[in-house]
Amino acid sequence: MPSPEQWTHPEPGEGPAAQAAQPSREQVIAGLRNTDAGGAEVTQLLTPEGERIASPQFDRYISDIDPDALRGLYRDMVLVRRADREANAMQRQGQLGIWVPLLGQEAAQVGSGRALRPQDMAFPSYREHGVAYTRGVDFKELLGIFRCTDHGGWDFQAHGFHPYTIVIGNQVLNAAGYAMGQKFEGKVGDDDGEATIVYFGDGATSQGDVHEGFVWAAVYDAPLVFFCQNNQWAISEPTERQSRLPLYQRARGYGFPGIRVDGNDVLACLAVTRWALEECRHGNGPVLIEAFTYRMDAHTTTDDPTRYRLSEELEVWKHKDPIERVRVHLARNGYADQAWFDQIQAEADAFATDLREFCFNMPEPPPERVFANVYAESSPVLDSQRDEFLSYLAGFVEAGER
Amino acid sequence: MAAPVKSPVDGAVPAVQKLTIGKALNMGLRAAMEADDKVLILGEDVGKLGGVFRITDGLQKDFGEQRVLDTPLAESGIIGTAVGLAVRGFRPVCEIQFEGFIFPGFDQISSQLAKLHYRTQGRVKVPVVVRVPYGGGIGAVEHHSESPESLFAHIAGLKVVSCSNPTDAYWMIQQAVASDDPVLFFEPKRLYHNGQLKSEVDTTTPPGPLFASRVVREGTDCTLVAYGPSVKVCIDAAAAAAEEGRSLEVIDLRTLSPLDLAPVFESVRRTGRLVAVSEAPSESSITSEIAARVQQECFYSLEAPVLRATGFDTPYPPSKLEEHYLPDLDRVLHTVDRAMGW
Ligand SMILES: Cc1ncc(C[n+]2csc(CCOP(=O)(O)OP(=O)(O)O)c2C)c(N)n1
Repeated sequence: MPSPEQWTHPEPGEGPAAQAAQPSREQVIAGLRNTDAGGAEVTQLLTPEGERIASPQFDRYISDIDPDALRGLYRDMVLVRRADREANAMQRQGQLGIWVPLLGQEAAQVGSGRALRPQDMAFPSYREHGVAYTRGVDFKELLGIFRCTDHGGWDFQAHGFHPYTIVIGNQVLNAAGYAMGQKFEGKVGDDDGEATIVYFGDGATSQGDVHEGFVWAAVYDAPLVFFCQNNQWAISEPTERQSRLPLYQRARGYGFPGIRVDGNDVLACLAVTRWALEECRHGNGPVLIEAFTYRMDAHTTTDDPTRYRLSEELEVWKHKDPIERVRVHLARNGYADQAWFDQIQAEADAFATDLREFCFNMPEPPPERVFANVYAESSPVLDSQRDEFLSYLAGFVEAGER
Repeated sequence: MAAPVKSPVDGAVPAVQKLTIGKALNMGLRAAMEADDKVLILGEDVGKLGGVFRITDGLQKDFGEQRVLDTPLAESGIIGTAVGLAVRGFRPVCEIQFEGFIFPGFDQISSQLAKLHYRTQGRVKVPVVVRVPYGGGIGAVEHHSESPESLFAHIAGLKVVSCSNPTDAYWMIQQAVASDDPVLFFEPKRLYHNGQLKSEVDTTTPPGPLFASRVVREGTDCTLVAYGPSVKVCIDAAAAAAEEGRSLEVIDLRTLSPLDLAPVFESVRRTGRLVAVSEAPSESSITSEIAARVQQECFYSLEAPVLRATGFDTPYPPSKLEEHYLPDLDRVLHTVDRAMGW
């Protein structure tokens, strides 16, 4: 098998464009404009400085979040970030084929994920490791995809967490169909109703599937929360390449509410998602949430953001870190002391060590896995293809060559 | 008639250069853009990033944002607008990031791109090129390693080609752009930056027409026919077989639609045996078509049935298993053994 180096890109600085890649003034301004916290429209409950902002509309959705619960959300985010960094490092060490980092998007994922109830269903794209964690999917179960031993084998029904989807936008229609099913089965209408949430990026909003998903969910009143993590970039393309309008405003054109939330504010993400899910449970869905956030790392480990992104932009967003603001809030109000923060860090380190050990010891799939589960019913042609191939392989073993 | 390919301006580039396939494609696209200012490039990340494989590296910088367009993230949009631009007189070259993402654009390709010329009784030309990095062997996750070329060869109105070496990459992309028909241009992504394949490219004279296969190694015992990434596998297999005294002929198809089988018929009449190699699943594929037509044309010359070494009829597996899935040198030689032992 060729090594990953054979297909990764030339190093930055090699190509002729590398010398000329200085962004224009307009590009600098466009980039920094995006770092403006999302404009006046954004819903925020906890400022980057860690101050709680009262919200007549949304406070009631987090009335149960006492200091203990807030510490829980902090812990979630620290663990998720630590695991994400560990996986990123393992990719660099050749243990994973690729990694899709979530750095910076912890609040959007933990906040929205913790808003879900067991009866709900989540449809992720491929970056939703934090949501997976809140749905009780072990981080280890994600690793097979990135170590390329499987395509994602968790029990999605047990967790209410659908398999990852790599093709941009596909899952939005699938989620719309699932939510229509919840509606058709009469599971919508009161506080205990069911709802579905679907995750996608700002780039995905250009895909036909996403627009069709909006249409379907709207005309069938499907209990579906569209959760768009606008992390400002679709690989190298800024949000301006996808829309003239703030993304949340698009919902209006399809006939349902859209709202922009500070995606780096875990309380706001929790409250707004709970509100949206409640609307869905009661049969008032769908709802679009645009979580205004930022991708702090590369798109994936094969991407080179220095070619298109400004370091100034990154610096601005560092000050809006989703974890730091909770930490400041907890510390300033005496809800947690240094010993507690140290203990969480130790727990996160242990979480990461465990993940690393698991990764290193993952078994390789056997060759017959190639042919397994292609069909639900048997396929005689495929069975004989498999048998023929296995006996071909056995020939090498007999000859002592493999 | 296709417009003639203009060579790059004299003195702009040295006539002979050592290039990888990736770099050759980049230079070929540059030459095509210099030769005709109606040539546009459209795709995701093709601008500042130079594409995720860097095939369009530096082109936006030199030709501007109206000739190298970073498009919204929508393949149906990329192909559909390219059709409209072509109707308006442009020659769009679309980049699909990975073959697994062509399907949102499949409707536009099959319903409009392929049929507009026919439907308008020849009044409209749609000289659109769709570049598709394809194939496996790069250790990637799902949707990044497939070989869907047969699906496109099946659609009347499209031409489908695949290159396997730097000289072809440089010239075929320019010839595809110059063609007045829609061309699906399949690029063997795992070979893009393969240093072993780096070779001298004569940038002054094209080596031959676009829609023609070519014998790349002569032999007498059995013919191997392949295209794209599998050509290298077959050349390596022929070299290995030669050490054991067996002489294999290798044909690079280059064009999958129209399928130029004349050199294959000619070869099979001499060798009496044919093994067709491809990474794609075998059912209803290019290799099935080859088998059918060779059986029909060369029935009395065949010493053995046409055999195939291909991907299996399964989805592309998790890439830890791709060494099993992809027809490698051993599997090709094993299939040759079977043909020889018939
Ligand atoms: C249909 C399709 N086209 C192209 C790709 C390649 N691709 C993978 S991720 C990506 C960018 C996605 O950006 P966005 O939707 O904003 O999500 P993000 O990764 O930023 O969270 C692209 C172009 C794909 N996976 N699917």
